[in-house]
Amino acid sequence: MSGLSADRRLALLSALFATGAALLLLLVLGFLVSESWPVLNAGGWRAFLADGVWYPLEGRFGLLSMVWATLATAVGALLLAAPLGVAGAIFQCFYAPPAVAKLYRSVLALLAGIPSVVYGLWGLTVLVPLIARWAPPGASLIAAILILALMALPTVTLTSATALGAVPRSLLQGAAALGMTRRGIILGVAVPAARDGMLAGLLLAALRALGETMAVLMVAGNVVRNPTDLFEPVRVLTANIALEMAYATGAHRAGLFASGLLLTVMVLLLAWLAARAGDRQRDV
Amino acid sequence: MSERIFTAAIWAAALLVVGVFCFLLGDLVRQGAPHLSWRFLLTAPADAGRSGGISSIIISTLLILAVAMAVAVPSGLGAALWLAEYARGKRAARRVIRLSLDVLAGVPSIVFGLFGNAFFCIFLGLGFSILSGGLTLACMVLPILIRTSEAGLSAVTEEWRRGAAALGMTRAAALWHILLPAAAPAITAGLILGMGRAIAETAALLFTSGYVDRMPDSLYDSGRSLSVHVYDLSMNVAGGDVAAHASALVLVSLIVVLNGGALVLSDRWATRKITVS
Repeated sequence: MSGLSADRRLALLSALFATGAALLLLLVLGFLVSESWPVLNAGGWRAFLADGVWYPLEGRFGLLSMVWATLATAVGALLLAAPLGVAGAIFQCFYAPPAVAKLYRSVLALLAGIPSVVYGLWGLTVLVPLIARWAPPGASLIAAILILALMALPTVTLTSATALGAVPRSLLQGAAALGMTRRGIILGVAVPAARDGMLAGLLLAALRALGETMAVLMVAGNVVRNPTDLFEPVRVLTANIALEMAYATGAHRAGLFASGLLLTVMVLLLAWLAARAGDRQRDV
Repeated sequence: MSERIFTAAIWAAALLVVGVFCFLLGDLVRQGAPHLSWRFLLTAPADAGRSGGISSIIISTLLILAVAMAVAVPSGLGAALWLAEYARGKRAARRVIRLSLDVLAGVPSIVFGLFGNAFFCIFLGLGFSILSGGLTLACMVLPILIRTSEAGLSAVTEEWRRGAAALGMTRAAALWHILLPAAAPAITAGLILGMGRAIAETAALLFTSGYVDRMPDSLYDSGRSLSVHVYDLSMNVAGGDVAAHASALVLVSLIVVLNGGALVLSDRWATRKITVS
């Protein structure tokens, strides 16, 4: 009988932890909303998008140019990382000898774990001076795009390689039996079959790029303006929070929490899309 | 002909990636290694980090990590236990919890920083402290820990559970003596992965554990982690580049060791699974 009660206790305790873990999300979102409520309530959503400028000390919270900068860095990074990352995955799955493929995979796994400040440090001390030689000031949209692309590469390659690896062998052998060339098999059969899994990986990388703070903060120059020129500095949403939280009070602080809320909504939307793409892959 | 061009392009892309990363890591070692010494690791920072070492920074980093793991591991394991063992009949509840964990895993780290600042620092009154930073990181790594532990527990074959039940063991006893030991490598690998994530984190710590580079007296003191130290030296301290590179090298070495450990453990887990079933 006492054994039974120990079981009950364990079940209850673990259920408690599971519920707590689920409630944590509500807690996070709840605090974001309640902290940004003063600004949301006063100006409404429109103030963030309609007001053209970010002068938080005067109560003007125009986030739009920072939203554009965030999107520009993420999209630019993805445009670079997607072809290179997919090519890397094809290399790993179809071209590299087994030992090389294993090495390549572990190098990428290592790179995926390198902290973003280290990427930022490299960007700041190597990449930015390099760009500055061509087009000063160096700390710019293009620097942010390059660093983010570098950070996204391991994610894209690892997920794409997993998707390519999941393509049934028989499909590839059938294509080979039809006399297709290796290039034809890869581009005509393997990549289309793995398309949805690759897409999910790309969206995951985009999600990381949108939420990335330190590396972008260190190389982008952080001037609030529309991203019209690749070689001019920009400031993204995450960097803005990191820079201004230290001294923000009152409505300014609420504005920063609101921009965090906006960022979270953007990221969750993408995550939802990624999950749907992943589900489609599994159904095939 | 086009076949050859395609092959060349694929090799070129792979080599480019490896080349850039060798550049990155090589640069880090070249700039950081000469400055690295026992003295650097064992003395306190001086002159805003330009000279002196990183002893207090390392202690703060380890304390933040310890707080994060001390909170996240038991609660993560508890939640994983429920999801893997007790939630069998409750599909809806399990789905909701899994979904919310997936969403939580996608929340950007800077947003965790905002939450930690509002909840731990201000609402709970912990202030800028190692405790606040560690608790914020605990929230961040919780989804990873739960996911890996749950996967490890679910991978234990059903026969072992039935065998334990047939021997009259309670579920708690079966869990303690059979399931947890069998899942231990997976759980440990997840734990190390979570530690790697936590130790790499900067944005969530900026305004939860703070910037102070003194040796912390207690968990209620502000403490600067290695990653924050690298950031501060490179961005806010003129002439801090050398020390920043050396600190970054220490940070990367720590992560490489952790990741290597996780890899070995998950490899062993995979082989063990094959031999058992």
